[in-house]
This record gives sequence, structure tokens and C-alpha cells, in this order.
Amino acid sequence: MSSCTIPIANTRSVTGIRTAKLATWWIIGSEIVIFGGLLVSYLLLRLHNLDWAHDAAHTNTWAGAFNTFVLLTSSYFVVLAHQAAEERNGAQAYRYLWYTIGGGLVFMLVKAYEYGTKIHHGITLSSGVFWSFYYTATGLHGCHVLAGMIIMAFVAHAAKKGENLHRVECIGIYWHFVDVVWIFLFPLLYIAK
Amino acid sequence: MSDSHPTSQAHPHPNYFKIWGTLVILLIVSVLGPLIGIPLLTLMTAFGIAVVKALMVAAYFMHLNVEKKIIWYILLICLTLMFLFFFVIAPDIMNHEGTNWHSIGSAVKNSDVVHH
Amino acid sequence: MSESHSAHYNEGLIKKYLFSTDHKIIGMQYLFTGIFMGLTGAFMVYVFRMQLAFPGIHVPGFGLVSQAAYNALVTNHGAIMIFWFAMPVLIAAFGNFLIPLMIGCDDMVFPRINRLSYQIFFLSVIVLFASFLVPGGGFGGAWTAYPPLSAKAEYNLTPMGAPLWLIAVALEFVAFLLGGINFITTLMNARAKGMKMYDVPMVIWMIVIASLLFMASVGPLIAGAIMLLFDQFIGTSFYDAAKGGDPMLWQHLFWFFGHPEVYVVLLPPLGMAVEVITTFSRKKLFGYKTFLHSVYITGILSFVVWAHHQFVAGIDPRMANLFAITTLIISVPIAEICFLVMATLYGGSISFTTPMLFALGFIIEFIIGGVTGIFLGASGTDIFFHDTYFVVAHFHYTFVPIAVIGFFIGIYYWFPKMFGRMMDERLGKIHFWGTIIPFNLIFIPLFFLGMYGEHRRIYNYQHFPELNTPGLYFLRELATVSTVVMLAFQTVFFYNFVRSLWKGKKAERNPWKANTLEWVAPSPPPHGNFEKMPEVYRGPYEYGVPGRSTDFWPQNEPN
Repeated sequence: MSSCTIPIANTRSVTGIRTAKLATWWIIGSEIVIFGGLLVSYLLLRLHNLDWAHDAAHTNTWAGAFNTFVLLTSSYFVVLAHQAAEERNGAQAYRYLWYTIGGGLVFMLVKAYEYGTKIHHGITLSSGVFWSFYYTATGLHGCHVLAGMIIMAFVAHAAKKGENLHRVECIGIYWHFVDVVWIFLFPLLYIAK
Repeated sequence: MSDSHPTSQAHPHPNYFKIWGTLVILLIVSVLGPLIGIPLLTLMTAFGIAVVKALMVAAYFMHLNVEKKIIWYILLICLTLMFLFFFVIAPDIMNHEGTNWHSIGSAVKNSDVVHH
Repeated sequence: MSESHSAHYNEGLIKKYLFSTDHKIIGMQYLFTGIFMGLTGAFMVYVFRMQLAFPGIHVPGFGLVSQAAYNALVTNHGAIMIFWFAMPVLIAAFGNFLIPLMIGCDDMVFPRINRLSYQIFFLSVIVLFASFLVPGGGFGGAWTAYPPLSAKAEYNLTPMGAPLWLIAVALEFVAFLLGGINFITTLMNARAKGMKMYDVPMVIWMIVIASLLFMASVGPLIAGAIMLLFDQFIGTSFYDAAKGGDPMLWQHLFWFFGHPEVYVVLLPPLGMAVEVITTFSRKKLFGYKTFLHSVYITGILSFVVWAHHQFVAGIDPRMANLFAITTLIISVPIAEICFLVMATLYGGSISFTTPMLFALGFIIEFIIGGVTGIFLGASGTDIFFHDTYFVVAHFHYTFVPIAVIGFFIGIYYWFPKMFGRMMDERLGKIHFWGTIIPFNLIFIPLFFLGMYGEHRRIYNYQHFPELNTPGLYFLRELATVSTVVMLAFQTVFFYNFVRSLWKGKKAERNPWKANTLEWVAPSPPPHGNFEKMPEVYRGPYEYGVPGRSTDFWPQNEPN
């Protein structure tokens, strides 16, 4: 905690929910409407333009399925990190958090492979509205994965020293949310053909 | 600092490995479902299972099953707004024809899809 | 838990005023940035009103107004006044300043996120100004930025201005999301001991409900803005009907946010008006819970009225019927709120101080704005009025009371707390009448112009024979001259403001004899706010309680 002393306000908890966790939930609420707006737009246009199914046939279901598996597994690790943090075992939490970051990295690599092959075949953001949605939705989600990995590295660093262990749960909740978004992106973009 | 906080909800942890296993099995079903080729079954395995998986992650991994109710309300309000948004703009964005009107621009492009 | 301050706040000047985490300093940063942007927006309206009333004039201080410049001025006037004046001043400045003080704690729950919020906001200001300077000039496609005009550079002719404008708006949204989540969490978790749900001062409720509405409505537009940016930069066709997209989608995404936004900026000044009206009529707020529930209902309904902005855009007529009905229904809780304010005034011992005058002016002018909205909310009459100056007059009758008058309510009332000195009452009253009379003289002519069929978004009415009559030009000139007069009277305010900073009478802790907690702290409050964290024993509006020696009863006094 560099420059700023923690205000009394932060130590109060009228609702009985810790302030940091409460704020995490509010952030997730605001993320729901961001992704919601994008997915509602996609869904409506998709249902209207049934011929997008031809485009959707070119998405790589197996890569998508593998990535779902990777994210589910990383979610499992981050919840173990939370359990370790609650037991005040910072070193253990640190280890599980890094497993999670590793999962995120695998996810991003598979994503990069998918993007690479698509672009290699001449399918880009502007190759049609389906592909615009495909890249925008997965890209926005990828940004969230990346941001989660970076924040998690900081949380892990502190957790190793036993500091701010309550943040492990907050970053975990965020990571699960990113997982849930992917759980819906997967059928919307990869399975529905 | 963290000791002065109320350590909220020191609840017992469920068996996370079992939950993870269930999620992976559900994932496999949702991938295999479409291979059978029945559209309705595909919809159910794809989106039905997605909902189940999301609820499981929310309930067990995000601990919403033991969290205070207000968090549910926050999330449900945001989700409800999105459903409302979907159904209210659907007549404009999804259907491009009504009783006394139709959209010429979309009819040209999608005539083969929409009308048959 | 022991709540006393051991920390010392010894900070250098730069750290204290530019990179502070103190909620009051951040509030001031928002306040002064907002005032600066408000003046920018006011300068813009001066320039294009001159062009409208006296076509082809060399506007003093600007020069000849080209068509492109006219479009950019109108667009940015709208965007600045809502996103960079109303929101930062009403929500961020007063929210930051008031929330911790009025709920009795020392700061926001996340001071550094609060600072980050201002820094992102400041960045958005820089990007916005940059958008005026790039080749092609500033964006001129109206603050609603409808595609295809906004999406394609070959239509809007601002290849750089349009994306930069959009990025600036998106950054502003991010700043307010961070700030809003901070506000909401602070109210939920950091209230003083004893402060129950219905002991929270109304202005705090209003700012937090506004933040909630903003948070819940802005998401789809953020997604939509990303899609529009891609349409502009990369050549996707999300909003291009010819390639499978849909321009109506943007309108829905925009107004799903845009209409709740009206209530986002309405609620904070409404709350300020309530604080001022209860204090200066020395009466309890009539129907605290009814008031709060009416606001809840307004907030919920505000999410199902947005398509009344699109009645003539080609939406499904069945939906137009539904939206006309919900739009008319939303006037019921708003009317309820106005009645509660009147009932509060009834039988009170009213003193017409400057903040009280502005609060009453706010209520009265807003009612006019609301009543004229009924013609626009009914889908039949809207076909005639749509895109005329009637619409312009209507929403300025709501937005000017909200943004300008609301800002003055807050400043005149909380100036003693903010700066520790009193403002001059006589100058304040001159300023009030000098604002309120020209304001009506600007917009009443615009109602008539709209009814005569004067279309918005027209650069020079000389090109339209039926609009180029001396009678209509008289009304346009009346509105423009009144604008100049109203702007000129603002110098009285700034003179009063600056003079009072140094020469004003020293303010005591509680100059208005009000009940809420911010008056317990010293004026101005130091970093950390209270010497001893207050506890709360009652609601905020216990004025004139029988059997007490004073006619007010502060929230923190144990009997």
C-alpha cells in the first residue's frame, strides 16, 4: 500500500459483505450489461440472417471446446487458491494462482492459433458481419482474460507474502465470470451452425 | 488490515474436484450433442447445458449459494435488463416485416432465407 | 472497532491538489474541470445561435461559421453539456464531495480508484479537445452519432474527428463506471453507525440511484461504441444495412442508455433541491419513503421508454404504441415527486435565500419541461413535432434546470462547506433573476418556432423560403439575444464566486442550521473530515420538532 493510508470508510461493512468483494460484484454487474449488449445484438442479427450459418460452419469447434476445458480447469485452480487463502496459506494460494495464469496463457495461445489460421485463410474482422461479431466478442473476452491474468499476477505476488489475501477471492470471482462469459460464447459462436 | 475485517461467511468448502468433473462431462455432452444432428437436441445440449454450467460455476465456484441474497438481485437485475432489451428490440432488428410494412433493404438480401 | 485517525496528511502542494486521493479534492477537480467544460459548451452555443439569428455574421470571438464548423459546434455543445458538464459537476463533483461527508465517514471506500476515475475523465477531456484539432475538424454528426453518418468518413467528412470523439465519450463512460461503483459501494458499506436506510439524506440516495441507473444502462452502449469504432476504423459493417448489419441497432443501443441518462442527471439536482427546500422551509420532507419509492419507480420505468426517441425512425408501430404508453406513465411518479416537494413547502417558514430561489426555479422550470414532453411522448403528435425546435425547447427546459440551475443550487448551498466562506446574497439574487428570465426568453420562442415547423439541424434558414420570414427571424433573434444576456449574467456569478473565496464572510460550521452530517465537520473539512466520526440517531429532516429549543435537530445529536 504505497501512498495512501486505508480510509476508515474501507474498513466498514454495513452490509456484512466485505467492501472489495461487493465492488467486484458490482463490476461484474456492469460487465454483464456490456457483454449482454454485444451478445443481444449478435443474437438478434444472427436469428434474422439465417445464412450466417454458412460462415459459422468455419469456426473451429474443437479449439473452442478445448478452450472451454482450459478455462473450466483454471476456474477450478482459482477456487482452490481461494480456499488456500481462506486457510491463510499464502504460498499455496500463490501456486494455484499461477496455475490459473498458466491456464489463461494456454487459452490465449489457442486463441492466437485460431485467429492466425482464420486470417491466413483470408477471414478477417471485415469479412462479413458474422466474422465481425466473432472477432469482437472473442476479442473483448480475450482482453478480459488478459486483464485478469495481469491483475492475478499482482495478487499472487502479494499473496506469497501473505498480504491482502482477501483479494484472491475477488480476482477469483472475476475469473469465474470471464469463464461464464466463455461458457455462453462457446455455443453461440462455435456450436450453433 | 485484513484481520480487522469481518471474515464474512467462513463456510465449508464443497468438493471442488467433483464439481469440476461434472462441468467437464457437461462440456463433452454439449460438444457431442450436435453430432447427432437433431436441431432441437442441438439447441438443448448447447444452450441448456451452457445455462446449467454457468449456474454451477456461479453457485459453487463464485459461492453464490452461500452469498447474501443481495448479490443475486444485483446480477438478476442486470440479466433481466438484457432480456428486456432483447425482446423489445427484436421486432425491429430480427423481423423486418409487419402487418402494414416491410423493410425493403433487408427483404432484398434475405428474401431467400426469410420467406421460405 | 476504534475509528480514530492516526495518519498524518502532510503532502506537498502538487500531491495535494493534483494527485490527491482525498474525496473533497477530487470533487473539486471534477467541479472545476466541469465548469471549464460548461463554459466551452456555452461558448459553442453562443457561436451557433449567432449564426442562426444573423446568418453569415462574423461572430465576435470566433469569425465566420462554416457549415462543417456549425455541425461540429452543435454536436459538441450537446455532448459537452451532458457528458462533460452535467455529469462531472452534478454526479462526480457533488457526489465525491457530499457522499462521505453526509454519511459520516472519512473518504470513499476506494480513494485510489476515485483518483483514477478523475484521471481517466481528464484524459477524455484531452481526447475531446484533440478531436477539434485533427484534419477534417471535430465530429459533426450530432451527439446521438447515428450511423451511417457517424460510421462512414465519406459521409461525415471527419475521418479522425469522429473516432476521437467516440473514444473520448467511451473514456468518460469508463471514468463514471469506476466512480459510480465507488459511490454505490461507499453508500452500501461505509455509512456511519446508526444510519439506517431511511436516515440517508435524499441527495445521497439520488446520486447513488443515478450511478446505479448509469451502470445498468451504459453497458450496451459501450459494446455499441466498440462496434461503431470498428465500423469507422476497420470497415466492419455492424450498422450497414447493405451488408447485413442494421443502423437501427445503434439507435436502440444508444437510447437504451440515452433515456435513463436523462434520469441520471435529473436525480442529483432533485436531491439537492430537496436538501435546500427542507432547510429553508424549516419543515420535514413530506413523505420521505413515498419520495424514495417514486424515484425507484421512475428509475425502473426509465428503462422501458427509450424508443420514444425513435418514433419516426421506422420502428415497429406496435412497439411505438407500447412506448408511448410507458412514456406517459413515467410522468406519474415524477408528478408525485413534484407534489411531495410542494407539500413540503406548504405551511413552512420559507426564507428566500439564493439556493432556495434556485431550488424553486428548478422545480418550476422542470415542470414546464416535463409537461411539454407529453406532446413528444405521444407517438401521434411526435410525428409532427419530431426534429423541430419544439423538441429542442422541451429538452432544454428539462436539461437547463438540471445542469445549470441544479449546479447553482449545489454551489450556493454548499459553498460555505466547500471553501469555508459565505457567498454574497445580493449578487446571488441578481444572478438568479439574470439567469431565470433570459432562460425563459430563450426557449419560449423556440417552442413557437417548432410549432411553425422550424426543423433542427439547419445551418441557414435563408435557404428555406417558408422559414425565411421576418416573424420567424424575430423569434430567432429574441432567443439569441436572450442567450447572450443569460451568458453575460454569469459573470456576476463568477465575480461573486472568486470574490467570496477570499473576501467572503467566514462561514461557521453550520451556517444554514441544517441537520445533515456534513455540517458537523469544520468548514472547510480537513483531510479525514471529522474530528470524531459521528453517529446517527435520526433522519435528516427533523425541523421544527415541537418541544425543542431549536427548530432543527442534527442527525448526530443524541437527544
